[in-house]
Amino acid sequence: MSEEKQKSLLEKAAESQIWKSIFRGGGVPRNRRQRMMSVLNSVFLHLHPVRLPKHAVKLKFTWCMGGLSFFIFLILTISGILLMFYYRPTIEYAYTDIIDLAEQVPFGIMRELHRWGAHAMVITVWLHMFRVFMTGSYKPPREFNWAVGVILLLLTLLLSFTGYLLPWDQLAIWAITVGSNMARATPFLGSEGPGASLLAIGDINFITMGSDARFALIGGRFMGEAALLRFYVLHCIGLPFIIMIFMAVHFWRVRKDGGISTPV
Amino acid sequence: MPDGKSTVSKPPVPKSPAALGKTTKDSEDINRRSFFSWLSFGWIGFVAATGGFFTMMLRFFFPNVLFEPVQTFLAGYPDDYIIGEVDTKWKDKYGVWIIRNDQGIYALSTVCTHLGCTPNWLASAKKFKCPCHGSGFKSTGINFEGPAPRPLERYRIVLADDGQIIVDKTKKFQQEKGQWEDPEALLKV
Repeated sequence: MSEEKQKSLLEKAAESQIWKSIFRGGGVPRNRRQRMMSVLNSVFLHLHPVRLPKHAVKLKFTWCMGGLSFFIFLILTISGILLMFYYRPTIEYAYTDIIDLAEQVPFGIMRELHRWGAHAMVITVWLHMFRVFMTGSYKPPREFNWAVGVILLLLTLLLSFTGYLLPWDQLAIWAITVGSNMARATPFLGSEGPGASLLAIGDINFITMGSDARFALIGGRFMGEAALLRFYVLHCIGLPFIIMIFMAVHFWRVRKDGGISTPV
Repeated sequence: MPDGKSTVSKPPVPKSPAALGKTTKDSEDINRRSFFSWLSFGWIGFVAATGGFFTMMLRFFFPNVLFEPVQTFLAGYPDDYIIGEVDTKWKDKYGVWIIRNDQGIYALSTVCTHLGCTPNWLASAKKFKCPCHGSGFKSTGINFEGPAPRPLERYRIVLADDGQIIVDKTKKFQQEKGQWEDPEALLKV
């Protein structure tokens, strides 16, 4: 009896103007077509396939590594935004703010969550790539999505790299010192790279320590406050913005290229 | 028509329902051809403006003023340095070791030539040892162990008028290029 009443309440709600203005398709989905339409008409659901073959979601086949990567990305986004309420990207405060986050701020585990989540995401993205390779899922018509995936892997590594500097401890400073020195060897655009001396007029060299790719990356000739600020902005705004665009394309193409792990 | 002058030769105006209602003067002002030439001007302007903005964005990342430590400093008098010893007092502030030997005084960079870490001077072993990957350098700066591919760099070192030592980090001398023979790479006292 009460079950009947609840059902009618839901139906009543589904007939209201508020419900119908939010969920197109008219009422509670009752058949396949209505269910499909409610997925297609939702901006969040439409990235996902309307229906999945049963065999496609076998854990032993997919390892769920792509889904886990996205799940960890969401955790990192939320915990990262929370950390931004306490962390100040300056030489004076960066390190002590991390200590403060770990030891004084309530639920300081948020910082550990972010750190370990970052490690986990790098691992799951690599394993996802390994799985896609082993199951041959990079073959046409999925070759474009493989390329998008390689860009996503690169962006994941760059996010990991830029986040590594932010605690501003000895490990971070020297890791980024070593890492950014690689940019010196960029062809043409690095001051010590091949072809850098070609971009010169007479004695005036345009690619120097004060104008090369490494300079643009760390905002100076030496590792310092400018590097910390640049990496902070890249880590919190620039790279997440770019990776979200590529993720949207990636998920959408999974559906368009024949669905998840289905022979095509 | 490349010059876009519609008055020289008028192309026939298509008789669309909209054009029929218009006066002839309107169709002379903007016809199909001149519309496309104006359109291409518009596109060129748009592309130029967009390209200009991206150039500005690129230039924005190269500041004119750097808030970095000074690159030239006074390092005291030659007599402050003992023959045969590595002086580490400028290491933290300026990233320079000053070493005096029988020939003179030279300023060594504290940047490891492998990947840019800072080695430590081990006085008992008489060598610079990099903590990152184990590169070793003699007190002259010559690499002898570990992955470092070349000797440490030396900086320009000269005497000021008052007899003090000036170390200028903007000019580097590399041994493998034969630059240590430069008179400004070694201060003879």
